[in-house]
Amino acid sequence: MIKTTAQKIYVALIFIFLYAPIATLMVLSFNASRTRSKWGGFTLKWYAELFENEAIMEALYNTLLIALLSAIFATLIGTIACISIHRMRRRTRAIMIGITNIPMLNAEIVTGISLMLLFLTLGVKFGILTILLSHITFSIPYVILSVMPRMKQLNPSVYEAAQDLGASPARAFFKVVLPELMPGISSGFLMAFTMSLDDFIITHFTKGPGVDTLSTKIYTEVKKGIKPEMYALSTIIFVTVLILLILINRPQKKKQA
Amino acid sequence: MRKKLLAAPYTVWSVAFILIPLAMVFYYGLTDETGAFTLENIAAIATAEHSKALWLSLLLSLISTIICFFLAYPLAMILCRMQVNQHKFIVFIFILPMWMNFLLRTLAWQTLLEKSGVINNILSFFHLPTQNLINTPGAIVLGMVYNFLPFMILPIYNSLTKIDPNVINAAHDLGANNFQTLLKIIFPLSLPGVVSGITMVFVPSLTTFAISTMLGGSKILLIGNVIEQEFTQASNWHLGSGLSIVLMIFIILNMVLNTAFDKEGEGNVI
Repeated sequence: MIKTTAQKIYVALIFIFLYAPIATLMVLSFNASRTRSKWGGFTLKWYAELFENEAIMEALYNTLLIALLSAIFATLIGTIACISIHRMRRRTRAIMIGITNIPMLNAEIVTGISLMLLFLTLGVKFGILTILLSHITFSIPYVILSVMPRMKQLNPSVYEAAQDLGASPARAFFKVVLPELMPGISSGFLMAFTMSLDDFIITHFTKGPGVDTLSTKIYTEVKKGIKPEMYALSTIIFVTVLILLILINRPQKKKQA
Repeated sequence: MRKKLLAAPYTVWSVAFILIPLAMVFYYGLTDETGAFTLENIAAIATAEHSKALWLSLLLSLISTIICFFLAYPLAMILCRMQVNQHKFIVFIFILPMWMNFLLRTLAWQTLLEKSGVINNILSFFHLPTQNLINTPGAIVLGMVYNFLPFMILPIYNSLTKIDPNVINAAHDLGANNFQTLLKIIFPLSLPGVVSGITMVFVPSLTTFAISTMLGGSKILLIGNVIEQEFTQASNWHLGSGLSIVLMIFIILNMVLNTAFDKEGEGNVI
């Protein structure tokens, strides 16, 4: 009995440690007083100012655009890569998987500067394009990671059987192989999307002046001094993430029940 | 023919955006402005300013990793023993902060720790002396632990759930007490999770520059800050690349150590 109480207290303490700072941000986002020391009454003006702040809105647009595009490209390239890696000879396969692991194991700062050096040398103009290329690069390994297990489970006889029954290779692929890979592909897409959404370090090194994603915008704003709009932004992001994750997890719960 | 066609996009992509960029870091790190070979950029780590930053980074990331481990392991064990219908949701709660932008999470601690921040306000409300909390190494460690704790909880939890409860029951039947079971059975079996948790906390902590900028002020420089400044402010790519090579050595060292420990752990099981 004492033991379970102690356990509950421990879980509660970690919970408080993780959520108290986020809760503080949420409370302060409604604080009318600009200073953090006083409660100046309830207000929504920071939210209004946030939506009127064109720089932040543009950063939000860039973030979503890059996340969507990089997830689409990374999913396409990653899925094709999986199919081809799966068919490779053992030695080539090991090399390819080794290369794929580099961006995941290496420090993000090194990946960031290596891409920065590449773009500088090639003379590519830093902007949306360079961020997009970088995001596709670090997202592909996550797509491969989630599609590969599905690929391994796939029974090659099924594809052959479809062809024996008269389907063209393309038809056999789209009707038989692709549906089998789909759960892996969609979770890879989601992973690529969230990785891109959340990235700061690599974007910091591959973005051009004047082009910002939400992360880099937050970084420059915070360096200048904290504005209450940032609290409003945190609250919106947290609530959005919470709702999205609950929505994603809900159908699974129903299935189990 | 078709096989080669399929392999082409990713092969080209990984050469262009993974291998060549990495080779460029090595090229810049091992040459000077004239393009001549030099080890100066790597030897630059020995200068007082740089070696201080490196040691501080190693120290702080090591402390953070240890704290994360000791906080996460008991939590993962408790979560693991909860009833099936509730533990999925509770694990979800502890992983959730991972999806929140990490700069905003760090911003939260900045707000709490600042001179006129929330904690000092509470202290002065009770007429206690205010503390100098921000811009200290402690604040940076706190920021690292806070940001990366979920990365330690998740892999440890995953490896603990895979342990067959019968193995633990067998240990008890054979006369082991709780502590012995933990040390001899549960911990060795969870080692793969521990190892990946350590990597997931240690590498980002070692190389961070955002946490130290936001919570350490401009006075405390970590190796990540030094490299970042060489690239974005000083535009000395050669020096920045040289220092990155040094950093990579530590990352590789960490990976080698981890795999060694992992093998040892698996050996114990057999």
